[in-house]
Amino acid sequence: MPRLIIERRFKTPFILSIVFPLLSIVLALLTSSLLLLALNVSPLGALKGMINGALGSWYGISEVLVKAIPLVICGIAVALAFTMKVWNIGAEGQIYLGALASAAAVRYFPVENTFFMLSVMAVMAILAGAFWGGIAGYLKGRWNVNEIITTLMLNYVAIHLVDYFVYGPWRDPSSLGFPMTAPFPDFARLPTFGGTRVHAWIFLALIIVILYRVVIRWTRWGFEIRAIGENQRAALYAGIPYIKNVVLVMAVSGALSALAGMGEIAGLQGRLQHGFSPGYGYTAIIVAWLARLNPWGTVLVSIFMGIIMVGGETLQVIMRLPLASVQVIQGLILLFVLASEFFRNYKVRILSGDGR
Amino acid sequence: MEVLISILAAAVRSGTPILYATLGEILTERAGVLNLGLEGLMLMGALSGFWVAYSTSSVTFALVAAFLVGAAIALIHAFLCVHLGANQVVSGLAITMCGTGASSLLGRGLVGETIKGIGVLPIPVLSKIPIIGPVLFNHDPLVYLSYVLVIGMSWFLYSTKAGLNLRAVGEAPGAVDAVGLDPVKLRYLYTVIGGGLAAIGGAYLSLVYTKMWGEHMTAGRGWIAVALVIFAIWHPARAALGAYLFGGVGALQLRMQAAGTSIPAPLLLMLPYLLTILVLLGISIKKGKGILLGAPSALGVPYQREERT
Repeated sequence: MPRLIIERRFKTPFILSIVFPLLSIVLALLTSSLLLLALNVSPLGALKGMINGALGSWYGISEVLVKAIPLVICGIAVALAFTMKVWNIGAEGQIYLGALASAAAVRYFPVENTFFMLSVMAVMAILAGAFWGGIAGYLKGRWNVNEIITTLMLNYVAIHLVDYFVYGPWRDPSSLGFPMTAPFPDFARLPTFGGTRVHAWIFLALIIVILYRVVIRWTRWGFEIRAIGENQRAALYAGIPYIKNVVLVMAVSGALSALAGMGEIAGLQGRLQHGFSPGYGYTAIIVAWLARLNPWGTVLVSIFMGIIMVGGETLQVIMRLPLASVQVIQGLILLFVLASEFFRNYKVRILSGDGR
Repeated sequence: MEVLISILAAAVRSGTPILYATLGEILTERAGVLNLGLEGLMLMGALSGFWVAYSTSSVTFALVAAFLVGAAIALIHAFLCVHLGANQVVSGLAITMCGTGASSLLGRGLVGETIKGIGVLPIPVLSKIPIIGPVLFNHDPLVYLSYVLVIGMSWFLYSTKAGLNLRAVGEAPGAVDAVGLDPVKLRYLYTVIGGGLAAIGGAYLSLVYTKMWGEHMTAGRGWIAVALVIFAIWHPARAALGAYLFGGVGALQLRMQAAGTSIPAPLLLMLPYLLTILVLLGISIKKGKGILLGAPSALGVPYQREERT
């Protein structure tokens, strides 16, 4: 009788940290192929369509970057909270609230100077996002209210709040009834580059990645966050304040996501409208998790997720597949990566014969 | 009075899908497994129930199918969390993503179709009792089944040997192992049953509540159920109370919209989510600093024999 022997690994071979994520992606694509077959869609054709759409032209590649911008920013935001073992599932709502606040700036304090206008919008977005994230942080720190639930519930509240404005007082009378505001004036738009939709927040994303690395690695605050994440009780004994840090981390996390939201409306769409984010906040959770909270990993995974999203949009056009297929692929990748964690930590051997 | 009775009856009706999901999650969490995939499970339950009812016009088959689909998906969660010791929060989120996406994808041909679904079946004598009758006993059979489940689960958890084992595996799986029971098996069992119940909650929406299928039709009810488990202190009877409270808010909001209130719809739609936060806050303050009384001690912690203490 062959027997399975399971042993704990003391060190994960480096090659496995590359092989397993790739293998997970392949398995996720294979599993989604089954779903496509059930819908009478050729999986190979779909894959070709996705790759062609995302990487087959310079425009496709630029669109991948467009999607990667909010994913990197929110991915870092989520990773920051995860570093101290706080779950920010609320990036989606923070994106919406940031967009709402910057749209309010355009509406109520218009300044006819691009730099000043964008600064006011950014400040408003930061304040709104910090407030939204800070609420969940304070409730968590002060009364240990489960932050997964509060951040998630605040997502629904923020999305309905945006709906209230775009269906109601802010609706553009000339929009033929579509739930959207009037287009922003040119001075409230982020600059874009080279005829693509890639906008200035690509630099913000890079700055945030570098800052995150610096703060987490080399600052006192970064050390405190890591210490709390490693062992909350020990950190408390060491005199590291918990409530202050959890509020601060959630506020910063919320502010970053809110800036991503501002980028979406000031850089891409030029107006606030119903349902403008295709779930960046949720995808950001996968990004942070797959990147193992590593800043450059976040960039890589964001670009990969961008490819899947642009590919998904191509499928929507050429094969009439709903965007939900993207969500399925993302969820499956996450499931397979989770399963592969086990094999990173354990060695499985098969003993043949009678197992002597 | 008439209005109040009709709102209370509507509270029971719209609270029932949340109640099923909450009861399922109580079983799962009592066994020490956190399943945040309820939203995805409910959506897949709603879709598979609707699909089977649509193609076979048998609601019994529809409910069985929904339960089995939910159980099968929960089995994936159980395998990852119980066998492979994976992170339960992430696994639950992944299940929600897959369930939400797959249900939209597979259900797109069914949007706009309607079914006969499950109708109202007043209980003979009981429904004639003033106030209580119309509020509690003038509903569809699934509501009555949920009453049986609440009472049955309360009895099961606190008065039977198997219930004791279930509570023990969520508190101290090592001790359960030591007396010769298999914690792994128990956790699998209750995660799978819990997933099935959540899917029944979803199926209630498509078979009874709307008699239609729509993308994202659960609208966050799965997450509200996760919060309600905490509100219920992991007790079935309190879960019913919480679910009807939320059902009541939902019903009230629909009533106000129908009555032509001046409050815009999006603001009314926020109410259940704000209420969830307030309820959680209230319960957390009451329980004092940082300790969630009543939470199974081993909740979310994978059991591994080698690490037994």
